[in-house]
Formats: sequence, structure tokens, C-alpha cells
Amino acid sequence: MPSESLTSSHANSETLLTVANLSSRYGPVEVLYDVSLEIKTGELVAIVGANGAGKTTLLRTLSGLHRSQAGAITFADRDITNSSAHSTVHAGMCHVPEGRQVFAPLSVDDNLRLGAYALRKESQWVEAEMENVYSLFPILKEKYQQEAGTLSGGQQQMLAIGRALLGRPKLLLLDEPSMGLAPLLVEDIFRIIRELNAKGVTILLVEQNARMALAVADRGYVLETGRIITSAPAKELLNDEAVRKAYLGY
Amino acid sequence: MFDQILQFLITGLTTGAIYALVALGFTIIYNASDVVNFAQGEFVMMGAMSTVFLAAGDNGLPTPLAATLSVVLVICVGIFLQRFAIAPARGASVVTTIIITIGASIFLRGLALVVWGKDIHGMTPFSGETPIHIGQATLLPQNIWVMGGTAVMVLAVHYFFHYTMQGKAILACSYNRDAASLMGINVGLMMMVAYGLSALLGAMAGILVAPISFTSYDAGVMLGLKGFSAAILGGMGNPMGAVVGGLLLGLIESLSAGLISSGYKDAIGFIILLLVLFIRPSGLMGKRSSDRV
Ligand SMILES: Nc1ncnc2c1ncn2[C@@H]1O[C@H](COP(=O)(O)OP(=O)(O)OP(=O)(O)O)[C@@H](O)[C@H]1O
Ligand SMILES: [Mg+2]
Repeated sequence: MPSESLTSSHANSETLLTVANLSSRYGPVEVLYDVSLEIKTGELVAIVGANGAGKTTLLRTLSGLHRSQAGAITFADRDITNSSAHSTVHAGMCHVPEGRQVFAPLSVDDNLRLGAYALRKESQWVEAEMENVYSLFPILKEKYQQEAGTLSGGQQQMLAIGRALLGRPKLLLLDEPSMGLAPLLVEDIFRIIRELNAKGVTILLVEQNARMALAVADRGYVLETGRIITSAPAKELLNDEAVRKAYLGY
Repeated sequence: MFDQILQFLITGLTTGAIYALVALGFTIIYNASDVVNFAQGEFVMMGAMSTVFLAAGDNGLPTPLAATLSVVLVICVGIFLQRFAIAPARGASVVTTIIITIGASIFLRGLALVVWGKDIHGMTPFSGETPIHIGQATLLPQNIWVMGGTAVMVLAVHYFFHYTMQGKAILACSYNRDAASLMGINVGLMMMVAYGLSALLGAMAGILVAPISFTSYDAGVMLGLKGFSAAILGGMGNPMGAVVGGLLLGLIESLSAGLISSGYKDAIGFIILLLVLFIRPSGLMGKRSSDRV
């Protein structure tokens, strides 16, 4: 097993998110056991794991959509354990949920503006960021008046990401952004994730597509049936034999 | 004959406007929370009854003030209903929430009976009773109040949901609660706003129509039923449908009362509702059920 290395380029930046001994359950079914992890400002961290490992549950617990059973979440020096989802957004944690979850009957433009709901008083910033998002995703600008439900899967994913960017994320949580997309679009989405991170957005990326996720990430965690079984710089994980066998399929 | 028809149209549109407001109240709550609020008629009754009592007697408040206070009171009732009866039952089946709202309506009616008694009350029309003659037909100032007031409120509701961030936030909650809260929208608060808005529409309807139709502790039963029918007729969940359904139901009733017999007007309204549902199960302007997200 590879060990945590100190060679990460963000070794000196401050810690943005600390998760300590987090447990989550659905009714009697325990899903996350004693999960601990840490993300530093500027990092791109991937969590890989098989179908049903608990990746979505982890992100839902972080953003407050799901209550934790035990443990603590500290984000930007604030204890946000069991904060409601709408208040973690105000703190700067923006979650792009699994399956995109755009507001299908509303226009593309309205979807994006709702992303800035928490910041609606700062209209200048919102207008500028709308322009940024439209230049990042020109296809959305073309279709800004169209109902979000009429977009293709890839376009909806872009919309979901753009909508989260309008929340001015300190940390962007991405849940399987490549799910259900054609290979070419998957490349596109991963390119955008890299670009966003290069621009300074801290990202926690959850993926079943472990190879691509680890290829863009600084560090990775492996989640197996609700437990973090290993964590290391992404490159080490890509070369680790056990990880390759279990998650990369070669 | 023409004048007679015109008279039926005036009466029908006035009643229809009230049905439309009640139906719009049903629609807003249904869209926001998937709940069919059978206490909607009680909002109407409480708006009228509390205005009557606040304005009554020598020390009574001036009608505009009494009406304003009543609207505020009914809004509070709407918010309470959401917060303490609907919200705790989140995730319950449709049948459960229907039982809750029916229970709430019985409770509110009982409360009204205890507080205000069972007498029937009238209200002085807002701008006198001098009729305006159009040929042989007459239009009372209160008819204009009802139709004009309804028009203003329908437009205001339209504006709210289509042009304000708060309105769109409520829509977002109704389309996808989780995603809405990930936008920083406080879903619980938005639900209270939706119920408050719905209560406001109900109370206004009650106050506008009280000078024409009288009111009593149980006046909400029939109005609630009619508003519900109107919402179904137009297509449950479609605000435009609620308004069209309300006006149409009012017109159908008034024309069948005038041209056939007033004893049959409710039955005819009901038969037409069934016919429409038979031909278009989702109502006149409703989406087909497969289109719903
Ligand atoms: N709402 C729920 N109620 C009960 N059990 C649930 C619920 N959601 C998920 N689970 C269970 O929790 C476990 C973890 O699910 P989760 O969706 O977090 O996994 P995941 O890693 O995101 O999987 P996938 O790769 O399929 O998205 C699974 O066993 C799943 O069956
Ligand atoms: Mg998942």
C-alpha cells in the first residue's frame, strides 16, 4: 500500500476541509464508517470506489443533504457538522449532485441564476460570473432561454457545474460528472475540471471512472464499502497494484 | 335575451373570479408541496368572517384596516398549517396529507363556530350599491371590485413566479427539493412562503365576495369544493388552468342557473367537470401525467 507522501504541491497551503471519523446511515443500514479525510486549498482530490461504496452518501453528508451519525466536519475553519444544506452553500461548499439534477422546466439562464441564489444581493458579481460561466460553456449561452430539461446529458452536466460555480465555491463537490456521457464528452468534462482547478477552485471529485479521476487529481482516497482503505498521491494510486486490479481493471 | 345573457355573464364572471382565486391557492400549495389543501376554503371563510367582526359595532375598525388585519391573520394561519401540520408529515403519502388538511379544515371551521357563532353575516359593499346599467343588465360596484381585485392578484402571482428570484426559488423547490437546497435555498422557509401566499389569496377572495354572497363559519366548505373543482377542471398544477377553470365553472353555473334552473347549477357544473375529465383526464390545460417530472 502506498503511504501518504509529503510531495504534494499544496503541502504548505491551509486546510480547507477536515472530515474526522464520519459515520452515516440510512435508517438501520450503515453506509459510512469512521471516514476521515482532509483537503487543502487549491487541491483536486479524487475519491474512487465501486458502485455502492458510499461515495454519494459521503458527498451528501458533507453538503448537509444527509445527516451524519457521528464524527465532525470542519470547513473553512467552521464546524459545519449537520448544518443544513442551504447554509453550507452560504459557507462556500457547492455540490454538483449525482445525476445533474437541473431544474428541468426552468430555462438555462434561470438555472444558473438560482445557483447564485445565496449571492443574489451581489448583482455585479453575479452578472460577471454569469459571463464567465457562459464563456466557459458557450453552448449554454446559445441555449440560455431553452428549458434545461431539453438539453443533452453533457449539456446538463455543464449546466449543473456552471450553476455550482455561481455559488462562488471555496470547495466544489462533483459527484460522478462523467456518468452516462459519451467518451468524447467525458474528455471534455475532465478537461474542464482540470481548467477549473488550475484557476484555483478546490475540488473534491467522486468517480467510478477511477482512471480518469486519478489522472487529473493531486491526491486520491479509495473508498470501499463505506471505509477509506487507502489514500495517497494520485499517481501512486494509479501505479498501485491492488488499486489497479480492483478499480482500474488491468 | 341579449341583456339576460349579459347579466348571466356578469354574475358568472364574478363567481368565477372567486373560484379562480381559490383554485389558484390550491395550485400554489399543490405545486410547492404536492399537497391538496382542503383547508383552502377555510382561508376564504376566515378572511371574510374576521373582517366582518373586526369592522362590526360602533367601535369597529374601518373596513380597509379590518381587511388588512384579517389577511395578515389568515396568512399566519396558512404558515402555521404548513409549519405544524404539513412539515412534520414530510414524506407521508398523499392520502395522509389529504387527511391532515381535511382535519385542519374541520378544526378551523369548529374554531370559527366557537369564536364567531353560527350566524350568517353580510358586509357593506366597498363602493356603495349604485348599479351601473349596461342595457337591461346591471353591474354592481362590488362586481367590479371582485373582477378587478382578482385580475390584479392573478397578475401579481404571475409576476412573482416568473420575474422574481423568490418566486423562482419556490418553483425550484417544487421541481427538486434537494437541488434547491444545494442552491442555498431554505426549502422549509419557501414552503411557508407558498402557504402564506395561498392563504393570502384565499382571504382576499373571501373579503371581496362577502358583500355579495354573505358569509358564515361554514361558508368555506362550498367555496373550497368549487375552487378544487375549478383547479381540477383547468388541470391541477397549472396556475393558468386554475384561473381558466375558475372562470369557466362560474360561467357554466350562472348560465345553467339562468337558462335551465338554479336548482341544477351545481349538478351541471359537476357533470361538465366529469365530462372534461373523461375526455382529458389531466384537465383542460394540465400536462399529461407522463410529462410530469
Ligand atoms: N436513500 C437510501 N436509502 C437506503 N439505502 C441507501 C440510500 N441511498 C443509498 N443507499 C445505500 O447506501 C450504499 C451507498 O450508496 P451510495 O449511493 O452512497 O454509493 P455510491 O458509491 O455513490 O454508488 P454509485 O457508484 O452507484 O453512485 C448503497 O449500498 C446503497 O444501496
Ligand atoms: Mg453515487
